[in-house]
Amino acid sequence: MGKTSAAFVRETMLPPEPPPMRERGVVKWLHENLFPTPVSTVLTVLGVLIIWFLVDHFYAWFAHSVWNASSLPECREIIAATWGEGASGACFAVIRERWNQYVFGFYPPDLYWRATMTFGMLFVALAPILFSESREIRRIVLVVASVLTLLSMMELNAPGVWMGFAVLVFLGALTLAERRAGWLLIFSALYPLLGVWLLWGGSVWGPAMVLAGFGLGWLAFVLVGRISPVLAAAVAILAALLFWTLLAREVAQFAGWLLPLSIRAVASDQFGGFLLSITIGVAGIALSLPLGIVLALARRSDMFLVTSLAVIFIEFIRGVPLITLLFVASLLLNYFLPPGTNFDIILRVIIMVTLFAAAYMAEVIRGGLAALPRGQYEAADSLGLDYWKAQRLIILPQALKISIPGIVSTFIGMFKDTTLVTFVGLYEPLKSISDAVRNNIAWKGIYWEPFIFSGAIFFIICFSMSRYSMYLERRLQRDHR
Amino acid sequence: MSKAMTRDIDTSRTAVTDEVAIEISGMNKWFGSFHVLRDIDLTVHRGERIVIAGPSGSGKSTLIRCINRLEEHQSGRIVVDGIELTNDIKNIDKVRSEVGMVFQHFNLFPHLTVLENCTLAPIWVRKTPRRQAETTAMEYLEKVRIPEQAGKYPGQLSGGQQQRVAIARSLCMQPRIMLFDEPTSALDPEMIKEVLDTMIELAEDGMTMICVTHEMGFAQAVAHRVIFMDQGQIVEQNNPHDFFHNPRSERTRLFLSQILGH
Repeated sequence: MGKTSAAFVRETMLPPEPPPMRERGVVKWLHENLFPTPVSTVLTVLGVLIIWFLVDHFYAWFAHSVWNASSLPECREIIAATWGEGASGACFAVIRERWNQYVFGFYPPDLYWRATMTFGMLFVALAPILFSESREIRRIVLVVASVLTLLSMMELNAPGVWMGFAVLVFLGALTLAERRAGWLLIFSALYPLLGVWLLWGGSVWGPAMVLAGFGLGWLAFVLVGRISPVLAAAVAILAALLFWTLLAREVAQFAGWLLPLSIRAVASDQFGGFLLSITIGVAGIALSLPLGIVLALARRSDMFLVTSLAVIFIEFIRGVPLITLLFVASLLLNYFLPPGTNFDIILRVIIMVTLFAAAYMAEVIRGGLAALPRGQYEAADSLGLDYWKAQRLIILPQALKISIPGIVSTFIGMFKDTTLVTFVGLYEPLKSISDAVRNNIAWKGIYWEPFIFSGAIFFIICFSMSRYSMYLERRLQRDHR
Repeated sequence: MSKAMTRDIDTSRTAVTDEVAIEISGMNKWFGSFHVLRDIDLTVHRGERIVIAGPSGSGKSTLIRCINRLEEHQSGRIVVDGIELTNDIKNIDKVRSEVGMVFQHFNLFPHLTVLENCTLAPIWVRKTPRRQAETTAMEYLEKVRIPEQAGKYPGQLSGGQQQRVAIARSLCMQPRIMLFDEPTSALDPEMIKEVLDTMIELAEDGMTMICVTHEMGFAQAVAHRVIFMDQGQIVEQNNPHDFFHNPRSERTRLFLSQILGH
């Protein structure tokens, strides 16, 4: 070494060393997340105390659960006998005893399999839409749905013919899902009719006439489209409407006389429990999204009348409580309809719930539309795409993607709101069914357990929707490098 | 010149014909009460390349946006390829499918891949079979030298690459006229050249081009005619040599000294 020299040459290289103790693993995590500052430390201790208090308070109640008993007093006896006089405990035996009412309401017990099969096939209809890009997820969803549905149907003593039908549908779906997933969308399109028929029963010709009306409309659209594309849509709608109002009933009767294909009918007032919630929820979700899109586009339209109508509709529906709409559905609609028309109460409720959700949906989607830069519209215009093509191919895919969190929130809110149908005398699971259960002297006074059970099921369904929306957002992410 | 072009353009395949591509006469436009374009007369011939320059707010972008009806004019006539622009939506869509446009901010569709960006309009507007549209798209992507990015999403590309994709996307419609609205203004300096080179190649193929730009080197090398606009009016137009070396209007001289001064 010289006396003073700026020059320096390293002779040995330093080997890498692990970071100091407090910068590693558990210690680091604790330090960073729980005890970084004195205030945080106090908050952490407070949080732990609160959690401890809650667990201490409720643990015993859960731990002392009774699952096997035929009445609430019997539950209490068992708890007192096992855990001593004065011990608290949950009586989930009520769920074990009455689960069928929570799930199916007053649906005929020998037809439970029909509702179960309809629910299972819902996944066949949804798989190609929800998981259009992942064959693996589609396969898992279909296999799990098939196996569970068929096992439950067997347990519920489904007739052999229908077991065969279910097996056929599931096997067909599994095969198509592997080879040509797009074709499964045909099943998705037919599912609403199939589902309605299976749930409510009756002659197969009822739903068939609905389908025939669509077919007729499409035929008119194609035929008139050759002459005048502008008229085609109007003529198609008119043709379908005329067929449904004037001809459908007679044709259905005639067809039923020729080939009486019908299954046992179930009336709407026999629906209840989660069967009812899911029926209304799924229908509402499926219908409110397209209606919401149309309303959002209408509200942003250049045409004064279209915009005004959309604004009035949205603001009116949003400004009125859902219960009001449900009362209108149950009471007032009858005054406006021709006497003698039997307009199903569940259908009326579905319409109201759909309109209600669609108004919110429209605003959520409008937010997504507004978030798109104007350049996207201009680029689409400059390439010669017309309004509908630009909306369908460029604008909506992006706007809907932006709106996914809001859309799913609306769905979740709507699904939970289906419990409000209790006010129009339908047997939703949270209150109506529980009331019905409590009406029996054996279960008089049981409150918490049914609420916890129904709440848990609602939570599972809503949480699944939320997770799906996160999955979808991740899948549609395009800006990663 | 602010940016010397690397080479002069090869004019063997280019020719300005007598055929009129765009005819604008007595055209006026207002934004509300603001008179943004005043009495514009402009005739563009097939094969002609025009550069429009001018200070910001002079109406140059608005002018070319009127040509494919992204903006509506309130009086006068605009005839593109023999079709007059009126409220008739069919005519507008027809003009738009014949006139390509490249934007300052690219305006690629971020939810579609580069290839899908290029095939979308041919498939949905021209009804070209998908396979054929993809072949054409790949040809144009090769022309702008980014075929290897065809499967990526626009967000994964640099600004210069995105702008070249935007050019390819317009070309896939096989337009007869191309409009460029400040195509290099949003780019980092080192990416400007790759986009200008692409535009020069296009010029060498004989494309009718109208280009709003501040790249005066490009104007000098490529344009047949330079138009200077100020306050919504055409102040001066001339061939590039005389325009740059012998500007006649005081306003033009001031503008040129400001953008070429350093």
